[in-house]
Amino acid sequence: MIAPALLSPLLGTEALFDQGVGWFVLVVVVIKVLVAFAVLMGAVILMIWFERKLISDMQSRIGPNRAGPWGLLQTLADGIKLFFKEDLIPDQSDRFVFKLAPYLALLPALLIFTVVPVGGIIVISGHPIQLQVADPPIGILLVLAMSSIAVYGVMLAGWSSGSKYPLLGSVRASAQMISYEAALGLTVVAVVLITGSLSTRRIVISQSPNFWDWNFFRLGVVPFILFMIAITAELTRPPFDLTEADSELVGGFNTEYSSLRFALFYLAEFMNTITMSAIVVTLFLGGPDGPIPRFIPTSDVWMPILWFLIKTFAFLFIYVWLRAALPRLRYDQLMDLGWKRLIPFTLAWLLLVAAFVLSGWWGLGIALAVVAAGFLLTRAFAVGQGREDLDQAVLPPIGRRVLPPQLLRTPPTAGDVGPGPGSEGAS
Amino acid sequence: MSGILTAAVHPTIPDLITFIVAGLMVLAGAVGVILSRNPVHSALSLVLTLFGIAVLFIAQQAEFLAAVQVIVYAGAIVVLFLFVIMFLGVDKRENIESDPLRGQRPLAVVLMVVVLAAVIALGVNAHWATGVHHLVGRTGTPASNTARLGRSVFTTYLFAFEATAGLLVIAVVGAVVLARRPPESTGEADLEESEALGTGSDADGELGDGSAAALPEAAAAADESAEGMAPAGSEPA
Repeated sequence: MIAPALLSPLLGTEALFDQGVGWFVLVVVVIKVLVAFAVLMGAVILMIWFERKLISDMQSRIGPNRAGPWGLLQTLADGIKLFFKEDLIPDQSDRFVFKLAPYLALLPALLIFTVVPVGGIIVISGHPIQLQVADPPIGILLVLAMSSIAVYGVMLAGWSSGSKYPLLGSVRASAQMISYEAALGLTVVAVVLITGSLSTRRIVISQSPNFWDWNFFRLGVVPFILFMIAITAELTRPPFDLTEADSELVGGFNTEYSSLRFALFYLAEFMNTITMSAIVVTLFLGGPDGPIPRFIPTSDVWMPILWFLIKTFAFLFIYVWLRAALPRLRYDQLMDLGWKRLIPFTLAWLLLVAAFVLSGWWGLGIALAVVAAGFLLTRAFAVGQGREDLDQAVLPPIGRRVLPPQLLRTPPTAGDVGPGPGSEGAS
Repeated sequence: MSGILTAAVHPTIPDLITFIVAGLMVLAGAVGVILSRNPVHSALSLVLTLFGIAVLFIAQQAEFLAAVQVIVYAGAIVVLFLFVIMFLGVDKRENIESDPLRGQRPLAVVLMVVVLAAVIALGVNAHWATGVHHLVGRTGTPASNTARLGRSVFTTYLFAFEATAGLLVIAVVGAVVLARRPPESTGEADLEESEALGTGSDADGELGDGSAAALPEAAAAADESAEGMAPAGSEPA
């Protein structure tokens, strides 16, 4: 494993601006923005094609195969078609908000990508240039802020349509995003704790030079898994796609949208998938970190970019795979998973990480305390199992909604594991 | 990379433009909150104000505060406002001719004048947390901004911080207690309701009680009143 030495002298942030901001720096910044935008757009077009093609393969279908070789131009054709469609605005809608919502959905997706480091550092005429649009000192907080803003697009689209299915879709979306944001933030805190910085570039640098320095391994695998679950829910991708559950809500929040506005929502959805895959790679898999074959000239410039692309692509594949493999969660299962499992788990793991950062003995002590607390909690749930039934309720049933046995889907003795309704939550 | 207040003492042209634009955003949002007839438009105007304040924070090199401002206020609190507005179906034009309280408007004017005077008087006379009237200098590099804030919150102002946390917990518990139903209504009606909605699991914890149990009901309410909830009018916010 060869260390990517180009990442190590990067400890100072915003190296580009150190020599003052002249016309060269301005041009570089503008070019960075344009390239990032163009690449992201191209990636979205390819991603839509890739998802359709891959899911067809997984379902023994052929998928798009008419426009261009292997149907590669299908997305472009769809885009052109949407562009020429009639732009409908429902009578009952709130016109201003209705027109605003698609842009609110798209903007956060674009902005999140700006803080993702896609490569190392290149030097052009004496100016060191980071391959990343911006490296603000609050890097990862910007990601959290934008992902919390992303809910507005969906929510306002559903409400302003003035129709009931979009409204239900948007209400589900906002509840879901708020619920999973807490778990998302707490897993990011674990990463920040071990890095000691909020800057995405520092997070990436701290994960070099070896692959066992990746946060994936350093934090234990648990935060990565929790983050993946939370981020999938934030993206409202399957199996958390209650927002646009086709069988229940027609098309969810964007039912009333047509033409370009619909295309914007579609674009935002796939762009979010790509940017969030990039964020996962940045936070847990070392970003552009990877072995570099030094004997090939200039390989230390493009090899990190290639590593970044490979890792991101792996996550895009996983998202499509999840969509093909998993059934959609029910609403109560979704809330159960978010509030009762993810948040306690992330909190406990955060405590562990903090203790181990402090010292090994603290870590050991906290680990014992967490295990003990977990045991007590499980025991308490086991003891309380079935006590909510009408005849054996211990507490007076004020404010507690006691369920008759026929509503319970599984017997209270079922010892199943996982996010099902059959475990402690259901009795 | 000038310090906090050196920028304020000698504002450059970009500083000035940023301040004016952000200030206009804040003011336009604030006026919009009051003047919009539609509560949803008011909430959106509030988001505009909060964003303007976040920009002002960044202009003062308080990046962490800016991020938290967006995450907590714009991302969580106003979303919750909107959520409640949509659920309760109050997103219609209000009748602003009748006040809930008698003499509300003159009282509001008086209060506004008093509060404004108090804020200005404090600004002129008080010595703030730094102990001096005003301060010129660096708070450190932007990267250590967050670290310094964290250190002072968890050392000097630890008690205030923990007291605030306790206050928030009390508020949450209080809300749950207030939202509890009286004993007689836990009977048939509720059961039928949850049966009709197919929510097989109820919540054990307080958080679950608030979210998992309440949301499907509210969704049903939203479904029933979806006709009446159509956004009224098309006035821009």
